[in-house]
Amino acid sequence: MEHIRLPKVEKVRLIDKISSRRASVGTLYLTATHTIFVENESEIRTETWVLHSLVCSVEKQATTTTGSPLLVHCKNYQALRFIIPQERDCHDVHVSLLRLSRPERYEELYCFSFHANSDKEVRGQAWDFLSLKAEYSRMGVPNHLWILSPVNRDYKVCTDTYPAELYVPKSATHPVIVGSSKFRSRGRFPTLSYYCKENHAAICRSSQPLSGFSARCLEDEQMLEAIVRSNPRSDFMYVVDTRPKLNAIANRAAGKGYENEDNYSNIKFQFIGIENIHVMRNSLQKMLEVSEAWSPSMSEFLEGLESSGWLKHIKAVLDAGIFIAKAVAEDGVSVLVHCSDGWDRTAQVCSVASVLLDPYYRTLKGLMVLIERDWVSFGHKFSHRYNHLDGDPKEVSPVIDQFLECVWQLSEQFPCAFEYNERFLITIHNHIYSCQYGNFIGNNQKERTELRHQEKTHSLWTYLWENRTDHINPLYRPDHSQTQGVLRPVTAPYCFKFWRALYNRFDRGMHPRQSVIDYLMAIREETQQLEEQLVSHEEKIAMLEKEQGKSIQTKTNTLDRSHAVWASPPSESCLGLANTPGDYSGLGDFLSSSPCQQMGPENSLLILPRPGERRKPSDPDLSTNSDDQESGIADLSSPPSEDSAKDPDENDHNSAQTA
Amino acid sequence: MEFAELIKTPRVDGVVLRRPFLPTVEGTLCLTGHHLILSSRQDNTEELWLLHANIDAIEKRFVGSLGTIIVKCKDLRVIQLDIPGMEECLNIASSIEVLSTLDSVSLMYPLFYRPMFQVIEDGWKSFLPEDAFKDLESMTEEWRLSDVNKDYSVCSSYPPLVAVPKDVDDDTLRKAAAFRHGGRFPVLSYYHKKNGMVMMRSGQPLTGTNGRRCKEDEKLINATLRAGKRGYIIDTRTVSVAQQAKARGGGFESEANYPQWRRIHKAIERSSILQESLIKLVEACNDQSHSMDRWLSKLEASNWQTHVKEILTSACLAAQCIDREGASVLVHGTEGTDSTLQVTSLAQIILDPACRTIQGFQALVEREWLQAGHPFQQRCSQSAYSNSKPRCEAPVFLLFLDCVWQILRQFPCSFQFSQHFLVLLFEHTYASQFGTFMGNSASERSKLNLSQKTVSLWSWVNRPQEVERLSNPLYEANCLVIWPSVAPQSLLLWEGVFLRWKRSSRCLDEAYDEMVHIIQYNKELQNKVNNLRRQLAQLETEEAGEKED
Repeated sequence: MEHIRLPKVEKVRLIDKISSRRASVGTLYLTATHTIFVENESEIRTETWVLHSLVCSVEKQATTTTGSPLLVHCKNYQALRFIIPQERDCHDVHVSLLRLSRPERYEELYCFSFHANSDKEVRGQAWDFLSLKAEYSRMGVPNHLWILSPVNRDYKVCTDTYPAELYVPKSATHPVIVGSSKFRSRGRFPTLSYYCKENHAAICRSSQPLSGFSARCLEDEQMLEAIVRSNPRSDFMYVVDTRPKLNAIANRAAGKGYENEDNYSNIKFQFIGIENIHVMRNSLQKMLEVSEAWSPSMSEFLEGLESSGWLKHIKAVLDAGIFIAKAVAEDGVSVLVHCSDGWDRTAQVCSVASVLLDPYYRTLKGLMVLIERDWVSFGHKFSHRYNHLDGDPKEVSPVIDQFLECVWQLSEQFPCAFEYNERFLITIHNHIYSCQYGNFIGNNQKERTELRHQEKTHSLWTYLWENRTDHINPLYRPDHSQTQGVLRPVTAPYCFKFWRALYNRFDRGMHPRQSVIDYLMAIREETQQLEEQLVSHEEKIAMLEKEQGKSIQTKTNTLDRSHAVWASPPSESCLGLANTPGDYSGLGDFLSSSPCQQMGPENSLLILPRPGERRKPSDPDLSTNSDDQESGIADLSSPPSEDSAKDPDENDHNSAQTA
Repeated sequence: MEFAELIKTPRVDGVVLRRPFLPTVEGTLCLTGHHLILSSRQDNTEELWLLHANIDAIEKRFVGSLGTIIVKCKDLRVIQLDIPGMEECLNIASSIEVLSTLDSVSLMYPLFYRPMFQVIEDGWKSFLPEDAFKDLESMTEEWRLSDVNKDYSVCSSYPPLVAVPKDVDDDTLRKAAAFRHGGRFPVLSYYHKKNGMVMMRSGQPLTGTNGRRCKEDEKLINATLRAGKRGYIIDTRTVSVAQQAKARGGGFESEANYPQWRRIHKAIERSSILQESLIKLVEACNDQSHSMDRWLSKLEASNWQTHVKEILTSACLAAQCIDREGASVLVHGTEGTDSTLQVTSLAQIILDPACRTIQGFQALVEREWLQAGHPFQQRCSQSAYSNSKPRCEAPVFLLFLDCVWQILRQFPCSFQFSQHFLVLLFEHTYASQFGTFMGNSASERSKLNLSQKTVSLWSWVNRPQEVERLSNPLYEANCLVIWPSVAPQSLLLWEGVFLRWKRSSRCLDEAYDEMVHIIQYNKELQNKVNNLRRQLAQLETEEAGEKED
């Protein structure tokens, strides 16, 4: 609280998209965790909540006659423009937000205050929801080929960036592991990521070897030989360096580099050419410039998309995953994957390959486990990459974002193959940045354990699991042919699409106005009710026929599907409008009663779901947070619990069942 | 001329056919007057029946005595025929070349086609202007049906009957026609029931360089305005293009002479540019390099998506003026037969829920494209692969369909038809056994007596099984105006047409089937539950009766 210079500013104008003319007037509150804008003109209470930890930049622009503009960009691609009447106030809000959005210590992160008072035991149990041990045993390890190694039990022998529990070839002895570890950047020796129990082929991961121009390490060579030997049906393995060849060569000068095929017996070495985190950061930045631009022409958009290189990079990651999946599934050959440190590109490529190979990772729980295994446990530097703390901007890069996008691109090609929908991916993306849950804080398992995240924070996975109905893909069927076996996507350039639902997530006007997914979900819900009714009717008929007993009244009720059809449900007052036109004239306020002033449902779309709240697509009163939070920051500072955010009408659909 | 003269080699054995997504077939190739047929006489393979009219271009290659003909179709499919024997191959190739480019209307396939299905409802009679006008009459008395053009003498591209303001007599219409390009005087295109506003369309006014004016024309369009109201003229050309048109006798409505109208210029390109755009787009889709940069830059350079955005934006603007501004609108470009129709027909899709049904969409195509005189035959005689110099070819109607598809994507539950219907229309405008899209105007069709000599596409489409196939399972009638987004992020490449032969749609088709399955199962259950409910109610009444007894 000491960082809040000004808790409340009145008569602030909020403009929903940079440079758009649509504005609403209201009061701006700064709380310990959120910036809250409460619109005071509309009849229904409309609030916009922005979590401080999601803010990625705050920019104060030159004061004009109307006030001082303050531009807030968020890591989930929301952009807000406030216009604050007094420059002094704007300055105070600016300074406060700068500090609030850049915590300096882990303890300041939102996850440590989010529902801090809930039952500790329940919370602890929630963390047990996913177990990596169970995941490895699902894959079939340990077995006669792979064993659990105690070598990194206290994060000391090898590396503090690896998890405590690692699976290694049975034939790799302790000295071989330790020796190999010393020959690898940051001690990240080759270890198991994915094991295919059908043909014993494995995906292993490591960092680059410290080979320089000519150095060798017998133990490292033995380590790779052990991996080859743990796949009895193959006499060689692939070593995949995911970096462009030039980058790898440059690393040799620094005493690092890549494996020399002459020194390692039975390996085939392959460069893949995925660019480094700095290239990816700049690429995303460029793409966002286009996606955030106000009313770009088609040419500007496509040119910008091309010159950002973003889709090219996504294609490179997916192509790499396909290479590995093919080696494992079709050739039955094990693969060792590394980049430089083995925690960015390596994580991307290994996890993409897993999604392609194993239908399990295309289920809700499977994707959670996969992220937990290949990203969280193997020391992907979440806090650095996603800028959780005020740190080095050069460490920031959208690495897991690219993985999530690869999954999305796949789900576009295989619409029945994934149990989860696009919202699931977007929610995960949001919370990787939000720090609302403890899963992604810190940079490795050791740090998280030291922060006692399991005691002090909540797990995203249990939250997502409890709300899984929101994240289900209605087209998914476990027995569908698309669901089975290995996915073989086409990676011709035209198969890649711009992910509008993520990068223009808050520009609801750009999204399809009716959602097929929501429609089908509503139908499925109704179908379920019908199935129940069918059974109960049959029972009643049987009973009546049998007994000719008491009279029974039934009153059936089916869901009103019309709300679900609209991706953005029209609120009561403007049901007749359905949606509002955009600026088609290109002439600004050319048309007299410009629809820009229409209080259409778009207006309400501005509203963020409250933290932790999942917007119910069928929620008829999305825009009304008309609780009894009449006044005061005290009330606003602790957002309501997730439960209260549930659609109150939801259960009523059934309530008239039987009198 | 007999077809036999053109077919030197009617039949070749041992021809190998390669086509997208289907296994290679070896069989006998036959050429008939209208078809290229390949049959293998094996039960499990699909025969190829290809209309010569669907062939856009062919390429020949020889390796030794084995010849290969690459056949590029107007529906963008590319197939390959390996023909043993150089002479046979050359003969086949030259026959195909001639047969696929026959100019003579009297030799066209629809005139020879005999339907293998029973015509339940004659599509030629399904959408008569008189019937459409009856609907209008039920809403307003301000309009009348004029037969001033009954012998096509006032305007050769207009139908015999047009709707015009009641207070304007035929003489005025004739004078206004003389002042408009191609005699296309302003006529009613759409009446917006909600507020009584109208959309009209016409050709450009022939003001020329010295600013000619025409009192009758002014009177005609002012007659559509309510007292004290202003209207909008949407000129589909940029100001500079419209200015240049003056030198050739055309022009636009000056503010001095049309003070009650506000003019807005949009920038929909002329047809030759659109054709070039289509060729470039298809080339981009066929690029084999697998480079993302190359794909995006070629896609951008084709400008196809730019045209989609511009057309859609113009239509939205027209709809906005009518529905939101409560103003009447006049739309024209130069001739009033291309960009004008794109705008007026799309605006109706946005405004009028009836146009989003299968029947309503046919009526729209009939009214705003066929009757309105879009020169289908000229525009669709060549597609993206043709090597010959384009004359009047342009994918004007395809762009319209693409725009409809974009709206359909954004409102997937508001259309009674699925994209299959749009793809079907695309195919039939370029090559068809039906007479619907033959000719360039109502007058040409009537001279050819097509309604007697050919079968209408609508006769085929409106059979129950076809309606079923083209239906959108997600459809729930939506009486609202639907405003699409025209942001570049919202507009996608129409895969169903442009990538149709490039990548298998199996997974997407499966998803579609799954969706249908979910919906059908729900309907079945509803029926079952309703039956049981009735049964239950009956039992209850019986029981109540028993009690009373």
